[in-house]
Amino acid sequence: MRERLSSVLAPYRRQKGATIPVLQKVQEELGFLSEEAISEIAGFLGLSKNEVYGVASFYAQFRFERQGEHTIRVCQGTACHVRGGRRILDIVEEELGIQPGETSEDYKISLERVACFGACALAPVMVIDDAVHGKATAAEVRQALAPYVKESLTSE
Amino acid sequence: MSNSIVEKQDSPGRSKARTLFVCRGTGCVAGGADEIYDALQREVESSRLKDVKVDFTGCHGFCQRGPIVNIEPEGFFYTELKVEDVSEIVHSHLVNGHPVQRLFYYDPMTDKPIPYYHDVTFYAKQRRVILRNCGHINPERIEDYLVAGGYQAAKKALLEMTTEEVIEEVKKSGLRGRGGAGFPTGQKLEFCRRSPGDEKYLICNADEGDPGAFMDRSILEADPHSVLEGMLITGYAIGANHAYIYCRAEYPLAIKRLNIALEQMKEQGLLGDSIFGSGFNFEITIKEGAGAFVCGEETALMASIEGKRGMPRSRPPFPAVSGLWGKPTNINNVKSLVSVQRIIEKGADWFAGIGTEGSRGTAVFALTGKTQNSGLIEVPMGMPLSDIIFDIGGGIIDDKRFKAVQTGGPSGGCLPESLLHLPVEYESLAQAGSIMGSGGMVVVDEDTCMVDMARFFLAFTQEESCGKCVPCRIGTRQMLSMLENICQSKGHPGDIERLEQLAELVKATSLCALGGTAPNPVLTTIRYFRDEYEAHVCEKRCPALACSELISYYILPDKCAACGICLRNCPVDAITGGKRMVHVIDQEKCTKCSTCLSVCPERFSAVVKVSGETPDVPGEPIPVVTSKAKGKQE
Repeated sequence: MRERLSSVLAPYRRQKGATIPVLQKVQEELGFLSEEAISEIAGFLGLSKNEVYGVASFYAQFRFERQGEHTIRVCQGTACHVRGGRRILDIVEEELGIQPGETSEDYKISLERVACFGACALAPVMVIDDAVHGKATAAEVRQALAPYVKESLTSE
Repeated sequence: MSNSIVEKQDSPGRSKARTLFVCRGTGCVAGGADEIYDALQREVESSRLKDVKVDFTGCHGFCQRGPIVNIEPEGFFYTELKVEDVSEIVHSHLVNGHPVQRLFYYDPMTDKPIPYYHDVTFYAKQRRVILRNCGHINPERIEDYLVAGGYQAAKKALLEMTTEEVIEEVKKSGLRGRGGAGFPTGQKLEFCRRSPGDEKYLICNADEGDPGAFMDRSILEADPHSVLEGMLITGYAIGANHAYIYCRAEYPLAIKRLNIALEQMKEQGLLGDSIFGSGFNFEITIKEGAGAFVCGEETALMASIEGKRGMPRSRPPFPAVSGLWGKPTNINNVKSLVSVQRIIEKGADWFAGIGTEGSRGTAVFALTGKTQNSGLIEVPMGMPLSDIIFDIGGGIIDDKRFKAVQTGGPSGGCLPESLLHLPVEYESLAQAGSIMGSGGMVVVDEDTCMVDMARFFLAFTQEESCGKCVPCRIGTRQMLSMLENICQSKGHPGDIERLEQLAELVKATSLCALGGTAPNPVLTTIRYFRDEYEAHVCEKRCPALACSELISYYILPDKCAACGICLRNCPVDAITGGKRMVHVIDQEKCTKCSTCLSVCPERFSAVVKVSGETPDVPGEPIPVVTSKAKGKQE
């Protein structure tokens, strides 16, 4: 871990206010922030593990568990809410069999609820990895999820 | 001198060739704009068309009708395109001179095709000052911005104006902060400039966390240089040599385009030492947010840049005195900084000539929800809400009835039909209990329950409360649980009054604006829609038929044709019935998913959704009685 992170961390040495950029970079590299990674970061920044975890746990972006290969995000912003975003989330939960914040047992899919994507004119919105599915209907959501559901089932 | 391009392009001379501009904002990209852009390039190239260029722009604002392509200089406007349409546009329109009518925008009121951009009602009533370049220049090329007059205002400020003169110009313009609070920008700049200290900071607040808002995202994606030039001028005015842009990490395209723009500024000598030879040095750093709504609050935002938990602190000291790393700091919203650029370019008098007495200039809104047209709009301050919703927005979809408009996101309020005449300006919205906010404007129709709307916002603010002060941490939690109870038919007499009391308390005693404004959605919905709260509490009825605990689905026996569709589709097998037997929903088993209502064929329309009443239905299946069903069987 130390070797893997040393080159990632090097550019941030002696930089003011580097904690959050460092956490972002390490998460990008490792996929999530393990206890070991937090410990490495703390050593690098000269902070305690508590301080680093304290900062990381404040922000919604940071994850402390392994994530799925694919991330499905369902927007629950205001525009999506008034255009049936809750119903879209219900369908996704039902199709995937997991709740927001959870990852499937085979680590294929993670499901997240997002407060707003800023794609409000396309409400309701679902995002699979980086692909935005706007003006989503129940049938389209089921269709878009089908490959992931299938992938997850066949790997079991 | 490295400012060569700025010098050379003083007098723009654009080529007369036709350009196809593909919108590549987040909304249009979601609809396949990147593929359309590639296909257009291939098709134009293979057709060997002379003087035809394919280029792209950032967001036009009309995301709902994306992907969009407009053809300049005529201004032809194609909407809702697919890759398959590309070859027809190139061959019919560009080669043979026949524009493709079926791909024009069709006015939802008249159903007539509108070929040109400037005739589309969505745009016709707008006044684009902050958004003037959005959708018209390539955001990844500084040359386009320079041709549009870019960086001339910064040059003027740095070379011909003193810092006092710049601030005086902003003060004279009457500009007020576009982040929501509406504090006079010129005054804020002056406080910071007068603060003692050699080291000062400027921060651009692009942490647009309000659900239902995407103004700042679109500007950063479509016209990043306007923001950066505004920062250069503002930094000069307050004497800051270092600036930060704090941008949401959820906006990857905005961050990408900002990075490109910053590189171009460096190449042109617009960042670094002695810009324009003025002796003024300036650097800009991008800081990505990490997902915390409270970081839109200025003291929390600074804590976050410093690498701490993004929690606000009490003021004073104000950031102008002691801000980032204890140094004098000025924080401004994206739109305020763009406005500063426009003011220096065109003069304070020009800016002050737009808008109303107390609210000068224009307002940018993300108009969304149940309007026919939704997207990003800009109007002069003072335009009545009704003009925005019914003229630009084209009214409510599916001929439903307008119910409320929500401005200001989780910090704002819901205004009813009786207040649609209100002009959009800081004071009138505040008097009505809402706020101008950063620009979210969500329109809801009769199908939205106002109690549920308040619950929705409280669920958001409660989750985003940082937990530092008690009124916000516990107050929002308590308000949320009272609202949840009311929505779930567990409300008690006196709840509405208790909710009002608690809301006033949280508003008065919270540490920062998050808690201080979180009660606004509750207070305004009670103020304007009290009857809906009373129906929930006293009659256990949801008039909008939205709160699932308060509604029921029934199958009307005189309409049911026993077709079996709902019975087969019910996910929990709550429907019984049989051949020629009227279907019946078991109310105990029903999860109110509404599947039966959506699958029941329109010609029968046998499923009804009700609240607070029970239609006359049998307890178990009985033989069909409807004449339609009989007719069908014969």
